[in-house]
Amino acid sequence: MSVLEIQDLRVDFPSRKSTFTAVDGVNLTLEAGKILGVVGESGAGKSTVGNAVIGLLQEPGFIASGEVRLHGQTINTLSEADKRKLRGRKIGMIFQDPLTSLDPLQTIESQLVETIVTHLPLSSREAQKRAVELLDSVGIPDPEARIKQYPHQFSGGMRQRVVIALALCAEPELVIADEPTTALDVSIQAQILELMKKLCTERNVAMLVITHDMGVIAEITDHVAVMYHGKLVEYGETAQVLGAPTHEYTKSLISAVPRPDIRVERFPSVNYIEASEKPTRNIDISTHWLGQSRDYAKISGPLLKVNDLQMKFETKGSIFASRREYFHAVKKVSFDIQEGETFGLVGESGSGKSTIARLITGLYTASGGSIMFGDTELTSLKNPRQVLAMRRQMQMIFQDPFSSLNARMRVRDIVAEPIKFHKLASSGSEVRQIVSDLLDHVGLGTAAGEKFPHEFSGGQRQRISIARALATRPRFLICDEPTSALDVSIQAQILNLLKDLQQELGLTMLFISHDLAVIRQMCTRVGVMRHGELCEVSQCEALFDAPQHEYTKDLLSLMPSMDLLSRADL
Amino acid sequence: MTETSETPASKKAPSTMERLLDSDIFHAFLRSKVTIMAAAGTLILFLLAFLSPWIAPHDPFDLASLDVMNSYMPPAWIEGADPAFLLGTDDQGRDILSAIFYGMRISLIVGFCSVIFAALVGIGLGLIAGYMGGRIDALIMRVADVQLTFPAILIALLIDGAARGLFGSLDREVFSFWILIFSLSLSFWVQYARTVRGSTMVEKNKEYVQAARVIGIPSWIIMLRHILPNVTGPVMVIATINLALAIVTEATLSFLGVGMPITQPSLGTLISVGNDYLYSGEWWMAIFPGVALALLVLCVNLLGDWLRDALNPKLR
Amino acid sequence: MLGFTIRRLLQAMIVMLVVALLSFTLFRFVGDPVNQMVGVDTSIADREALRERLGLNDPMPVQFWRFISNAVQLDFGTSYQFKQPVSDLFARRIPATLELSFMSAIFALAVGVPMGIYAGLNRESAISKLFLSLSLIGISLPTFFIGILLIFLFSVTLQWLPSFGRGDVVQIGSWWTTGLLTVSGLKALVLPSITLGLYQMTLIMRLIRAEMLEVIRTDYIKFARARGLPDRIVHFRHALKNTLVPVVTITGLQLGSIIAFATITETVFQWPGMGLMFLQAVQEVDIPIMAAYLMLTAFLFVAINFCVDILYFFIDPRLRVGR
Repeated sequence: MSVLEIQDLRVDFPSRKSTFTAVDGVNLTLEAGKILGVVGESGAGKSTVGNAVIGLLQEPGFIASGEVRLHGQTINTLSEADKRKLRGRKIGMIFQDPLTSLDPLQTIESQLVETIVTHLPLSSREAQKRAVELLDSVGIPDPEARIKQYPHQFSGGMRQRVVIALALCAEPELVIADEPTTALDVSIQAQILELMKKLCTERNVAMLVITHDMGVIAEITDHVAVMYHGKLVEYGETAQVLGAPTHEYTKSLISAVPRPDIRVERFPSVNYIEASEKPTRNIDISTHWLGQSRDYAKISGPLLKVNDLQMKFETKGSIFASRREYFHAVKKVSFDIQEGETFGLVGESGSGKSTIARLITGLYTASGGSIMFGDTELTSLKNPRQVLAMRRQMQMIFQDPFSSLNARMRVRDIVAEPIKFHKLASSGSEVRQIVSDLLDHVGLGTAAGEKFPHEFSGGQRQRISIARALATRPRFLICDEPTSALDVSIQAQILNLLKDLQQELGLTMLFISHDLAVIRQMCTRVGVMRHGELCEVSQCEALFDAPQHEYTKDLLSLMPSMDLLSRADL
Repeated sequence: MTETSETPASKKAPSTMERLLDSDIFHAFLRSKVTIMAAAGTLILFLLAFLSPWIAPHDPFDLASLDVMNSYMPPAWIEGADPAFLLGTDDQGRDILSAIFYGMRISLIVGFCSVIFAALVGIGLGLIAGYMGGRIDALIMRVADVQLTFPAILIALLIDGAARGLFGSLDREVFSFWILIFSLSLSFWVQYARTVRGSTMVEKNKEYVQAARVIGIPSWIIMLRHILPNVTGPVMVIATINLALAIVTEATLSFLGVGMPITQPSLGTLISVGNDYLYSGEWWMAIFPGVALALLVLCVNLLGDWLRDALNPKLR
Repeated sequence: MLGFTIRRLLQAMIVMLVVALLSFTLFRFVGDPVNQMVGVDTSIADREALRERLGLNDPMPVQFWRFISNAVQLDFGTSYQFKQPVSDLFARRIPATLELSFMSAIFALAVGVPMGIYAGLNRESAISKLFLSLSLIGISLPTFFIGILLIFLFSVTLQWLPSFGRGDVVQIGSWWTTGLLTVSGLKALVLPSITLGLYQMTLIMRLIRAEMLEVIRTDYIKFARARGLPDRIVHFRHALKNTLVPVVTITGLQLGSIIAFATITETVFQWPGMGLMFLQAVQEVDIPIMAAYLMLTAFLFVAINFCVDILYFFIDPRLRVGR
């Protein structure tokens, strides 16, 4: 008998205006010792499936129809008290963010022991012993000592191991993992995935993995269910679904996944999710305001030259200089960027790549070293007029589409602000015309200007950010993880847009990402960063084909394998 | 579900009024009967207070119309009352109802003025402290800490005492109003400053502020144009609750005899006067102004409470 | 821990120094101390001699230093109205105020904390909504008016409880007097304690409710539920303990301000404490008493805050244990 059967599941969220059906007619089965992946983009309803199974739907959501069966027993109609007995005992759950999943005021031991004692007939001494064994089995070194510690004394990856141990406390038959590795770096992700797979086989546990990441699906799942707008669009063995997708959505989703193994000039056009791929009105860029008056001085040599750049943050203040402690975010980094190229910086979180972007744009002040932009030394620039002139030439696109736009301003005012501020247009009507052209050109349409940012989706907001960055007519564009908060099909559109703009306007780009696959699609040359140091700089293709530095080799080997994915559209 | 649904970018944008009528806040308002009643109550009380010269049945400050024969009249429904004085009269023969209208006006003026001054100072300092950080921040916040050591009442009492010492027995009728407003603003600014500073520190690290800095926009424009509109939510809540608090504090000070003088009585002054007659049976002189005060403060507090919940995205 | 304590002590001392400077300014520049101390018929020469004797002609820093060192030895000068040392006047009245504040703090905590926990855990229940409505009325009624209402109801109409004074008091030791040991003393405490504590009680209740609602929404509470832990453990071991961190701060501030709020209650109930004396001092411009009261309340406030900071150490392991 299957461990989990989901039959015709439908979940509704009634709201003021209408009822939103988050999950509609979903059928799934899962056997012991197997891993089933549920994949989809945001809003697909994949997390809702997991919450419905464990009986923790967020208010006001409820199961409108259908059944959830555990070993043949219907569980969605049980009383709240009976459901609680299942949670932890029969069904374990792993949450996304290990940093917030553990109670900060209790030791790991007390959280483990309370869970064990709740579900199993063990004395507290036996429970302690079992807790140590559990920590050992999820790969925490020196478990006897570490069990006495508090969550804040563990790193993110270690905390996720503790969360897994907590989910396994009472030997559940089913474990639901909701985006278990999304908050982790790629190297940690590989370890956690391996651990999950191992535990699943060893303990004969059925596992439901909910993720947006095709890499995770390809790496560990046996079966995969693809969801789109609450419906199951494709369901089958992982190799089958990924290798020969039949549904249009699955096909376009797979074709939008950036590959670390091949470079494509453009992503295949993905119109299934969100249209507005092309400019809504074509503008001849070479004669337009945007393309004209490239009034910047010609320079010989690289456009940007970074030399021995350093940045340290004070982590422990003291009135005595000798007792202050610092975190060196950037240690003596040197590289240069030629005019017209896209230079990539890649590294895990905390490697200092975003700090470099903020140093170049002047958001931070360097602790040492130099930044030459053309013939101008940026770190010693004092005259406000000169600073402004420099600011105009370099613009930045940020990671978070939700916080990078001022929620209280209309889109037209957001895009017009840099034009007005730098007095780049002669009249108000010219400003309006330029704003309208820009919005058209990034594929939003003039009417979008009257709205506020919250009325747009993440991808559309990122287009607004791009329009704002273009509004100063920059020659150098810094993209700091511009797509890492976006769904993969939207990411493909934004990356295509950035490529087009670069070609049309001859922009020079610094492209920062944690995602090697994205870097491969975008960059001419790449620098690999780790702990504030630049390990390796090389031509993009060379880096992927023949990495020199050990760390680069490690990173590449840890990338989830995409061999299963169809290459039909590339 | 929290995801934004995909809106076609070409759809027509609604006007500001349409936005307001369609907003969650407006709907939350319509859903809560208590809030609607509180809003109506506030409106009525404000109107009664500010229109008092035109709608009050008597003019309690027109000495010519006062008649000692009318003093100590009980409310109209009690034996021996004059129906002309609905809520009775005080020791001078003043109509309590009219005195309450006029008193409420003074209470509200003091309340509004001190809230506005406190908000201006607090928001300004909070923005600067939060955005600039470093030494300026430390300085402003240490001053705020010392300030927090003393509750509003204590500060007002000290200032009043100091003013008496400095200006001797100068014209209290002119001075007490400004002393009140000064001391109330002085004790309330800290709350704005701390809240605005906190929100500013969150906002300034958001990427829209960094984007503005990358464009080259100077700090003071960023503070006013970008950050300020994004921190108004909590400020509105504090201002509403502070208005209630200011009215209560003013009444308390007047009750203690250091607030508004008897010639310009606020609600607190009226209660203070009436308190002396509580034991001798003329209870209406203290109780009615007290009830009016409590009603006013309750309505404003209810609005503030609702506003806080409505603006808190976490409680939606 | 030691470094933290020392840093906090230093901060507390800086706050006290600033307050002392304020007190000193008040004392020295508001009115002329000499004019207040002598009669109108004193000659100019005598005034000058007194001025010299009091050290009022010394440089300001010297005077300030003398002011502080006297204050540390509890010497706050002589009251203008009573012509007695200020510290003696305070010593006689401190027990009344502290007893009243203590009782009302107990009342506020004992009633406010359980109400807040209940209302936070059962957000939609009718009783929670009743608590919330009551608390709003509690906040909206000014303290003095609550006192008047209580007197009107329980003293004037029902005549159950006294409306003023401390009742019979018992002497303990050389200077402490207590009303806790006699029936009339206890009866006299009831109305003033409720009056003084009611506002703090409502604040504490609302604060705990709000914090509970926040904590209940965190991931670790969701995860605790997903592990099937019983509500009792989720609510009290996880939610309540995490609520405490902010609650302890504000509660500390609130309890500190009880002493200052006692001024109002003492006036309404003619309670022979420091607050009543302070109010009279304000009306009579008796600067030494005002200055001393300022220092005293600030000291109590700073002391309570210091205790709260130390308390954090026992609640929050993130402060106690390094990485």
